[in-house]
Amino acid sequence: MENDKLIRDSILILLPILIFFLSFSIGRFPISTIDVIKTLLSPIIPSLTVSPAISTIVFQIRLPRIIAAMLVGASLAIAGAVFQGIFKNPLVSPDLLGVANGAGFGASIAILASLGNIFTQIFAFIFGIISVSITYLISKSYKNGGILVLILAGTAISAFFNALISGAKFIADPYNKLPQIVYWLMGSLSEVTINKLIITLIPVIIGLIIILSLRWRVNLLAMGDEEAQSLGENPERLRLILIAAATLITSASVSISGIIGWIGLLVPHLTRMIVGPDHKILIPASLSIGASFLLIVDNISRSLISVEIPIGILTAVIGVPVFLYLLRKGYSEWF
Amino acid sequence: MKKLLDVKNISFKYSEESPDIFKDINFTIDKGDVLCILGPNGTGKTTLLKCLNRLQTPYTGEILLNDKNIKGYTYQELSKYIGYIPQGHIPTFPFNVEEVVLMGRAPYINLTNSPKEEDLKIARKSLKTLNIMHLKDKAYTELSGGERQLVFLARVLCQNPSILILDEPTSNLDFGNQFKLLKIIEKLSSNGLSIIMSTHNPDHGFIVGNKVAIMKDKKFMEYGNPNDVLTENNIEKAYNIDDVDIIKLNNKRKICIPYPKWE
Repeated sequence: MENDKLIRDSILILLPILIFFLSFSIGRFPISTIDVIKTLLSPIIPSLTVSPAISTIVFQIRLPRIIAAMLVGASLAIAGAVFQGIFKNPLVSPDLLGVANGAGFGASIAILASLGNIFTQIFAFIFGIISVSITYLISKSYKNGGILVLILAGTAISAFFNALISGAKFIADPYNKLPQIVYWLMGSLSEVTINKLIITLIPVIIGLIIILSLRWRVNLLAMGDEEAQSLGENPERLRLILIAAATLITSASVSISGIIGWIGLLVPHLTRMIVGPDHKILIPASLSIGASFLLIVDNISRSLISVEIPIGILTAVIGVPVFLYLLRKGYSEWF
Repeated sequence: MKKLLDVKNISFKYSEESPDIFKDINFTIDKGDVLCILGPNGTGKTTLLKCLNRLQTPYTGEILLNDKNIKGYTYQELSKYIGYIPQGHIPTFPFNVEEVVLMGRAPYINLTNSPKEEDLKIARKSLKTLNIMHLKDKAYTELSGGERQLVFLARVLCQNPSILILDEPTSNLDFGNQFKLLKIIEKLSSNGLSIIMSTHNPDHGFIVGNKVAIMKDKKFMEYGNPNDVLTENNIEKAYNIDDVDIIKLNNKRKICIPYPKWE
């Protein structure tokens, strides 16, 4: 029993590391794993000599992208696990409160105004946070506004920003701006650079630290507000902190990758089947599996055919069958 | 004299415009007391119990815990004195029994920490006390009503409270489990734990109660020791029924039997 857990935990730790190293070798320019390791170590150990071409590909092109894929995958999976826990609903995904459509609208405005890549990212990030804040404030403005009001407000705000995105598409120049907006909304990691990565990294790390340190308490909220309170927790306050942290990381990830669906719904489920529902383990395990899953999908997206497939399409194409399979297998456990 | 819990003149309504749910309720709880609250459906027993735990707030009156108004406690402090098992529980995720019981340690665990080895020991001890150690690794969602009630009881014991509030603890239990639970309640109170429970069975008042209250028409219609409160007349009045018999058994215990005339 204890041994099984040890093996399971080791796999969860080693899996993303292994896929991380293997991912460098995937791409149009083949690099052996030995060369990858040598190159990665070269800044620390100067005696290792590597060709400048390989060094450029590893550090400038593949490293930012690989880290971005893992970061986004981990963020969406963790945010999904947190949301499912605090809303006591296994069918919830991180965009429940409107973060994705808010971010999409922010990106659309920046693209329409030709503000450039970095501003597109910043606008997406800020609008993601704005839309969740609006949702939260609306739910607070109702007397006795509980979880249900929050979810309904989220659905409404989501629909509202979705309409605004459609409006942006409608007025966008169909030869230049419209494809950019559509491409952004489909989700892609092909334009990740080190600078973009750094902008994302800070909010993601802050959010992850908050969520990881509060993770056991998500269990209390999953039992219901009254029980959480009689166990000494302030459910309103804890939920607000967790929503804020989850929104921070989701919005930051969406801002770098565009809208990538399914990870936030699928990965927590998959993880729950492996490690059980205790959020103390579920949340770090979702981090590991989310990072690995999106990295694998991104590797497929950039190597399957000569043109890059938008990752948002692939996560759904791969995610939906996996989800349906899991649903069949584990249905009785969730409902 | 200093009381563990002193409830003074509390009244509750859901909003300004709505009618009172209950009015001017008074009672006190000492160490080891078992108060059984009886009364027809919908008289506000659950709401009253929630007020004691600050899940609801009365609009007048005060509730003193160790001479201090419960509003002056944080949720965390309060949960070290008062444990609560609600009547219905809607499960979502299939936590295993040990994980559920460990949640009872929440008041003693820092915001950013998880349960430690010591908490696990306390949780296991509490599972042992209730003889449900064998359920430890089972999903609590797959247990029977009786087993689940024991799991929640084990969880609440981990909080190490002075007062236990149980909202109809026997309502979903079979005949045998009801009495097993009453036995546990009896044992806990003899160890000094005070218990406030709502129930639909007057016999529970005779079996475990040293105080009984009958709640009717927004008030405590009667409140006092079981022999004074649980009379044929009072029970008939409380539930609007005729012909209730209270019979004294050979071992001196009393039971309450409705005797309707089927004509």
